[in-house]
Amino acid sequence: MIDEDFVSLLLKGREYLSVLHQEDCLTLQSDPAHIIDLCTHLRDEQTFDLLADLTAIDQGEDASTRFIVVVHLYSLIHKSYLRIHVNCLDNLNPEVPSLSGVFPAANWHERETFDMFGISFTEHPNLKRILMWDEYPYYPLRKEFPLAGIEVPLPAADVSEVTGANVDPAPMMGGPFVSSSNGRLSEAEPRGKDESWTEDTEKLL
Amino acid sequence: MSKTVKEVQIGDVGAQAASRMDGDRMALNVGPSHPTTHGVLRLIMELDGDLITRCEPVLGYLHRGDEKIAENMTYNQFVPYTDRLDYLAPLANNVAYAITVEKLAGIELPERCEAIRVLVCEMARISSHLLGMGVFGMDAGAWTPFMYTFTEREKLYSLFEELTGARFTTSYTRIGGVARDLPEGWLSKVEKFVDELPQAIDEVEKLLTRNRIFLDRTEGIGTISKEDAIAFGITGPNLRASGVDLDLRKDRPYSGYEKYEFDVPIGTRGDCYDRYLVRIEEVRQSILIIKQVIASMPGGLWYAEDAKKIFAPPKEQIMTNMEELIQNFMIVTEGPQIPPGEVYFEAENPKGALGFYLVSKGGGVPYRLKIRAPSFCNLSILEKLVPGHMLSDITVILGSLDFVMGECDR
Repeated sequence: MIDEDFVSLLLKGREYLSVLHQEDCLTLQSDPAHIIDLCTHLRDEQTFDLLADLTAIDQGEDASTRFIVVVHLYSLIHKSYLRIHVNCLDNLNPEVPSLSGVFPAANWHERETFDMFGISFTEHPNLKRILMWDEYPYYPLRKEFPLAGIEVPLPAADVSEVTGANVDPAPMMGGPFVSSSNGRLSEAEPRGKDESWTEDTEKLL
Repeated sequence: MSKTVKEVQIGDVGAQAASRMDGDRMALNVGPSHPTTHGVLRLIMELDGDLITRCEPVLGYLHRGDEKIAENMTYNQFVPYTDRLDYLAPLANNVAYAITVEKLAGIELPERCEAIRVLVCEMARISSHLLGMGVFGMDAGAWTPFMYTFTEREKLYSLFEELTGARFTTSYTRIGGVARDLPEGWLSKVEKFVDELPQAIDEVEKLLTRNRIFLDRTEGIGTISKEDAIAFGITGPNLRASGVDLDLRKDRPYSGYEKYEFDVPIGTRGDCYDRYLVRIEEVRQSILIIKQVIASMPGGLWYAEDAKKIFAPPKEQIMTNMEELIQNFMIVTEGPQIPPGEVYFEAENPKGALGFYLVSKGGGVPYRLKIRAPSFCNLSILEKLVPGHMLSDITVILGSLDFVMGECDR
């Protein structure tokens, strides 16, 4: 059972660990240096052996801790989840030790987190992009990245040489109905029409 | 002994892969557009004769940035995007997403709404497994079962159409309820369908389950051990085929699943054949659940009436009452108001555990929505599973894993 005893036993002798809340599941906060020890302990001693999910949150450029890596573990014995927040210490070059040695499932999740947020997982066996192509220069899930995308060269250099094509931002900022979580929602009203072109200016294609 | 194979450029993959002979090894590219891969999965394999010595999956050909999109629209606006995750079971995705947001908002749903959701989830499971079994037979060389399963899926699609207005992209749930109540007489049609379905399943079983060729092609192929299955985060029928008893409908019941009696089929060897057997049995169990839901379908409302800031009232009230008009206007323009916090919820979808990790900072738009796609995790074992098999086994292994790239790439 995940009860008070479980929590106090887990916290005992681990000063780097604290409980954030227990709303939907036990949520711990750990520092990056001890995350491998902690996860090995949880896997071997506490039956949290299924890595359900690994991802990150971008708190915005102004936040004191910009990137938080979030790990969800599941225990088949307790039938319960456990969440670990790991704050990345450096906002410019975020780095967290890789969990792929503890959970093979972390391999792809960490590649995706690296791909989308630019968080490096040290000691990862194959840290390269997984959803975007290898030469892609941006980290799309960072908050400053626009929804429409940014113009970049095509991944196939031989094709773009012949056609002159490249990857363009989406028209209408990514769709007619957009309401961003930044700023006031009423100012980001759903737009009904594409305002990037009018009768006077040609549509950019 | 081990020679590294260079990354193949995207431009003229086929020609390059075919012409590259690296000593006695050959690099073979499969996909991204190939009937075996059931979508746009690409595999770069290193072959020693017919034996696969290395396999590297390449993903991302169907990446649409759903998580970025979610950060830029209100909660209800994202429902149609969930259709396009596992597009073979959109109803189950709708339900999983709605429950996640409702958990954070702390909404209690009426019994009827929960029962409707269980019903559509199980119908989605049947639909997805029928396709999974049909194309799996086809991957192993048996055309006919596919015809039987697709005839049944067609009937299901007609039922979905009557319920939601769409055959494929259903968008049936709203935060705090479902889009509309069950149409009159619809339940009896579902009952007729589940009464007739076992005969079609029996036909498929007659054609496949004891078929010598099918057995030879699937038994002992693509065996995943219990330990590997857990270590690689595999979920759903693929995990249960390896002998792990994990079904979130039983272990962490949601939407009232604890009220219904059903068994969870478990495999013993974890090979391709076991994965097929588990799916067949899951369809039979889903039929049982559907029958129980229909027999005990509660009356009452199909949306949470108390959740005034979350669920828009019925249309006739909006048109006649000022209060409801304002309520509807606020929900449409500002989005359902969800309190700040974080929540992680996994639902037992046909492909495995579909998880949503939602971070809210208040207001009508998610701050971060991570989609934990079962197909993504299930495919991550390919690098370990495929080497050591013959080239002809790759179709069977991929077919038995029953993945969907729309969900994998998001």
